Amino acid sequence: MHNPSEEFKIPIGPQHPALKEPESFSVALRGEKILGVDIRLGYNHRGIEKACEERTYIQDMYLIERVCGICSHSHSTCFIQAVEEIAGLAVPRRALYIRTLVAELERIHSHLLWLGVAGHEIGFDTLLMYTWRDREIVMDILAELTGNRVNYGINTIGGVRRDISSIQIQETLKAMDLLEERTKYYIELGLEETTIIKRLSGVGVLSYEDSLHFDAVGPTARASGVKRDVRKDDPYASYGEISFDVITDTGADVYARTIVRLKELMESYKIVRQCLKNLPDGPITVRAPRKIPAGEALSRYEAPRGEDVHYVKSNGTDKPERVKVRAPTLANVQAVKHMLKDRFLADMPIVIAAIDPCFSCTDRLVSLKDDDKKADVMTWQALHDYSIKWHSQRGVDFGKLNKKLQERLSK
Amino acid sequence: MRPGKMLREVLRTGLKKPVTVLYPKEKLDLPEHFRGKLKFNPEKCIGCKLCMKDCPTNAIVINQVGEKQFEAAIDLGKCIYCAQCVDSCLKKALEYTKEVELAQLDAQKLKVVFGAEIKSDTKKTSL
Amino acid sequence: MFNAMFSMIIFPGFLFLAALSFLGEFIDRKIYARLQNRVGPPWFQPVADFIKLLGKQEIIPTEANQTMFKMAPLFATASVVTAFFYIPLWTPEAMYSFNGDILVVLYLLTIPTLSFFIGGWYSTSLYARIGTVRSLTQLFAYEVPLFMGILSSALLANTWSLTKITEFYVAHPWLWLMNLGGFIISLIALLGKLEKTPFDIPEAETEIVAGAFTEYSGKLLAFLRLTLNIEMIVGAALLSAVFLPFALTYNPYLDFVIFLIKLLSITFLISLARTVVARLRIDQMVNFCWKYLVPLAMMQLLLNLAVKGVMIK
Repeated sequence: MHNPSEEFKIPIGPQHPALKEPESFSVALRGEKILGVDIRLGYNHRGIEKACEERTYIQDMYLIERVCGICSHSHSTCFIQAVEEIAGLAVPRRALYIRTLVAELERIHSHLLWLGVAGHEIGFDTLLMYTWRDREIVMDILAELTGNRVNYGINTIGGVRRDISSIQIQETLKAMDLLEERTKYYIELGLEETTIIKRLSGVGVLSYEDSLHFDAVGPTARASGVKRDVRKDDPYASYGEISFDVITDTGADVYARTIVRLKELMESYKIVRQCLKNLPDGPITVRAPRKIPAGEALSRYEAPRGEDVHYVKSNGTDKPERVKVRAPTLANVQAVKHMLKDRFLADMPIVIAAIDPCFSCTDRLVSLKDDDKKADVMTWQALHDYSIKWHSQRGVDFGKLNKKLQERLSK
Repeated sequence: MRPGKMLREVLRTGLKKPVTVLYPKEKLDLPEHFRGKLKFNPEKCIGCKLCMKDCPTNAIVINQVGEKQFEAAIDLGKCIYCAQCVDSCLKKALEYTKEVELAQLDAQKLKVVFGAEIKSDTKKTSL
Repeated sequence: MFNAMFSMIIFPGFLFLAALSFLGEFIDRKIYARLQNRVGPPWFQPVADFIKLLGKQEIIPTEANQTMFKMAPLFATASVVTAFFYIPLWTPEAMYSFNGDILVVLYLLTIPTLSFFIGGWYSTSLYARIGTVRSLTQLFAYEVPLFMGILSSALLANTWSLTKITEFYVAHPWLWLMNLGGFIISLIALLGKLEKTPFDIPEAETEIVAGAFTEYSGKLLAFLRLTLNIEMIVGAALLSAVFLPFALTYNPYLDFVIFLIKLLSITFLISLARTVVARLRIDQMVNFCWKYLVPLAMMQLLLNLAVKGVMIK
């Protein structure tokens, strides 16, 4: 018979009600206390990076957009920015403003979604229902502007695909007023409701130093007081021309992350209003070549979950040679292990949810180690000899090079 | 700190009508430029096959069925409704509609061919 | 004999109770949904769920102790139904009553929790294990304020019989207002007994799947769910008998309607409570019960003692 005071392991995932996507957390417990967590990625690996190499840039746009269902515009913009940089395209200002606008609308919908999920994780389903109801407002606006609720498909290489009419501007502004009012209510609720504060404050603490150590990004880092936001640090699209604040908090716990996200919503409304007010006239796209000249580029983007990084290398054909995606969750997931140490099992769902994880975007290929097989052990000398042999086979003679170096040094 | 902060809002909401849309009975209006099922206009097609080249999922196939006559076979199961083909088409032979209720029990019914009937019609008139 | 069987099994016994519990579940779910701006289930949904579960395959883990696993739901159902016989419903008299039945009812209402513990523990699932340990921990936290709250009312009536309590309050109208604090305390403690938010810690879905019920399926799960629903009705009936024994008109039809209204009002309060708060953690729950509920219940006891002193004088 099992004794609960002993140490035991329970699996949270790959299939578990707390997780909306498959990911495995093996939790070592003593009673309710978490002793350690093992995270295993790779249940949802889709091989998108490799698939990108076999498709043209235009096809990749839509594939990359489907890396993540929530931050689809983030990934697509990030990829297209890299391609545009390689191709040396000057994207029209109006297109940049529309990209910024959609990006912020996406942030609004993502943060509202997160608030609902967080509510569900702490058993507050009413909050989930209310926030998701209010999220429909911004979803409708996104569908109106781009033609779909998710996977907007607004980006194209060299600009955007759809223009905004003045009627749409009016509708968006109206929706922003409505959402701002609701967000103010949620901020008030978050600041006052006892059970929310009890469940969130002091949970999943990630100090300023730890946040830097684990390279946390996005709201997770900002809630620990790290002022890190690509929109300010390395402005892309039209963020350079827009005034907004980077929200930080010193609470360093899940509660601080909630407040940061809620306040960021208010900033997003500000940005959307500015975008619509200062929307420049002009074309929305420039002609892009089908074949992108050889080159490489790294693009950064502040997705709702944190910094998204895309690397694109082209070889002069219409297909990229290499595409690399670093989704924000990959940067944050390491910190989860630290945040959960010595906490209660009951905190586990909300701590995982607090980084706003998106596991499908994160998943990497996992190579399984065969523990039974003994690894080859090489001595230093053997490795040295092997290296000399390997290089001499390819025409590099270290003996000659060494002599030359000695001569030069003696001179 | 105040437990039950939501009480007032909740009671007020309880008196309101639910926001749920009872889908098959009620339907929401789709936005004007919603990207739904594709429509192909065979008369405008010149057979450049750019749409085939750009389609991310190879859902569209353009076949030549006669002298300057083309038909488009679209696999709605493969189509991701990005409407890139609409953008790529130089002659605006493709357009999207607001039709979204495309579910079928039979996978074969998802493969739609546009333009085949028109071909036979034109043949008749030309003969 | 036949009469006794009829009243036990059909009216107002098991079948009536089951029907009432389905109504209770429907009201609870509907109110919960409407307060969340949703439509909610149709009226027959609880019955449909029950019938569907009866038709489902029963899966019993091979590691589990078969007997205990199967017996636990039956124990639970039987005990809550038995408790119902001792509670005065729309008449001031219960079906069966003796001096001290209030303790028996409270004891019988504890058995479901223990049955869930046994069933969950012997299912050998780790989630169920954690859930059962949690439900036992919680038991020690909410039972004390619940007992104190209910006994404070009994103290004022100077009897240990539920029937006598009702009779006392009918004879002394408006005295039930003294116990309003006890009513609120008991209602909160009842939330813990029924494992409803904010005290649904033993079956916290996002943490431990379904707690003690994780491995249950088919008929057994159907009866477990029925038990929880009946427990809600019995708990509400107990509270209404102890704390709200007013408006008895001795007209059986009118009294029946008033009884239903009382029951549904308590159900509404339970639904409302689970709508407006988040789930607490087990340590916070225990803290809350011992730090706030127990002292408040103690104050209610002292108050009732003082009132009783005045009354005797």
